[in-house]
Amino acid sequence: MKPPYFIYHDPTTLDEATELYGRLDNAVLLAGGQSLMPMMNFRVANPDHVIDLNRIAPLSYIQCASDAVRFGAMTRQRELEFSADVRRVLPIVHEALMHVGHRQTRNRGTFGGSLCHLDPSAELLNMTVLHEGTLTAARSGGTREIAAQDWVDGIMTNALEPGEVLSAIALPLWPQGHGFAFEEFARRHGDFAIAAVSCLVTLDKAGAIARAAVCVSGLGPGPVRVTAAEQALIGEMPSHETFRAAAAESEKLEAMSDIYVSGDYRQHLARILTYRALERATKRGAERLAA
Amino acid sequence: MTDTTIDQRTIRLQVNGRPVERTVPTRMTLGDFLRIELELTGTHFGCEHGVCGACTVLVDGMSMRSCLMLAVQAAGKSITTVEGLANGNALSPLQQAFWNNHGLQCGFCTPGMLTTLTEFLAHNDDPTETEIRDAISGNICRCTGYQSIVASTLEAARVIRDQKGAA
Repeated sequence: MKPPYFIYHDPTTLDEATELYGRLDNAVLLAGGQSLMPMMNFRVANPDHVIDLNRIAPLSYIQCASDAVRFGAMTRQRELEFSADVRRVLPIVHEALMHVGHRQTRNRGTFGGSLCHLDPSAELLNMTVLHEGTLTAARSGGTREIAAQDWVDGIMTNALEPGEVLSAIALPLWPQGHGFAFEEFARRHGDFAIAAVSCLVTLDKAGAIARAAVCVSGLGPGPVRVTAAEQALIGEMPSHETFRAAAAESEKLEAMSDIYVSGDYRQHLARILTYRALERATKRGAERLAA
Repeated sequence: MTDTTIDQRTIRLQVNGRPVERTVPTRMTLGDFLRIELELTGTHFGCEHGVCGACTVLVDGMSMRSCLMLAVQAAGKSITTVEGLANGNALSPLQQAFWNNHGLQCGFCTPGMLTTLTEFLAHNDDPTETEIRDAISGNICRCTGYQSIVASTLEAARVIRDQKGAA
């Protein structure tokens, strides 16, 4: 259980990293290493070159603006977890993070690394799609922006072109006082989730739902926004019937099966978790509105 | 790779407060570096893919898996292993509490439990049982001795609070 032989590079600037990544054959980018290192230990990944991004200090930051929070791709999950700003303006991100691995893996694992590795049920990936985030890809001589909905290209395949490095993630903010909830089902706390559902809502003065976002993970290669449910929720008062109708839309999503979990069961979980997330998010929205 | 030339680096770091300098293959994990190069065999390797938590060490005070880090990535850092937790022959409050409460049976998971909980208690010296269980959710005890580990941690927290109160 040792990584294979490779040539190690530890650039200190993003330009240096994109230059190396564009030039070297069979090279991998090493972020927090909480997925790539096990894959190298198992020799599932067998790179000739490892380009370590950990010495590039400018890739680690949290910048709060009035309309969005911008994160450097190498920002550790720990920095998100303990950021008072993130907790205040993106409270659901903090809630979702508490399901990401364990303290030891969050201390090392990064936001960008999780997005690039692209486990189908990864919590930070769900957060990026839920918030309609924007990802910045850097290569030698330029950058481009990728919308979160275009990020997942297939099972564990992201939208980066050869030679591109994810450098930043921006998450647009919801109005202060919005309701939020993250629900997931995993066999053990901290394990990869079988399914997860996140929900954001704003309520009008009468308490009816003015805007809703519902995002389901674990059914396909990436998180899916349940637009049918989101539209049906607008103008509705939070109630058992409202939640049940929206949850039924989540159950209609296409779901993959594997040797452990059937597609039917994933759809069942999507329905149950959507109901719970909506119930909790609208309750919180009403409480935060009253406060 | 077709040739077998070994890519090597010379690294300098602090381990348990002492400066260390070694030339190592770049593919060597931090855990192997500690165990093989420095003969600090207190850090245990169980699964070597980041699941069991036995290899946890403190990197600049933060708990991390030493099987998921390369030794070259520790250059310039300060590492604390289980060997560095005691002050000479005086056990840390957490180690003493493990002793008092039968917090270890076979001892395999213990280095990871102690390093993980040392960081945890430094941030939270008045934890609930639930918080402790969450803190060690990334550490597997093959003897299933979790009850005693949680009891040890609660006692250690009390001792740490008392020491702070007395100071």
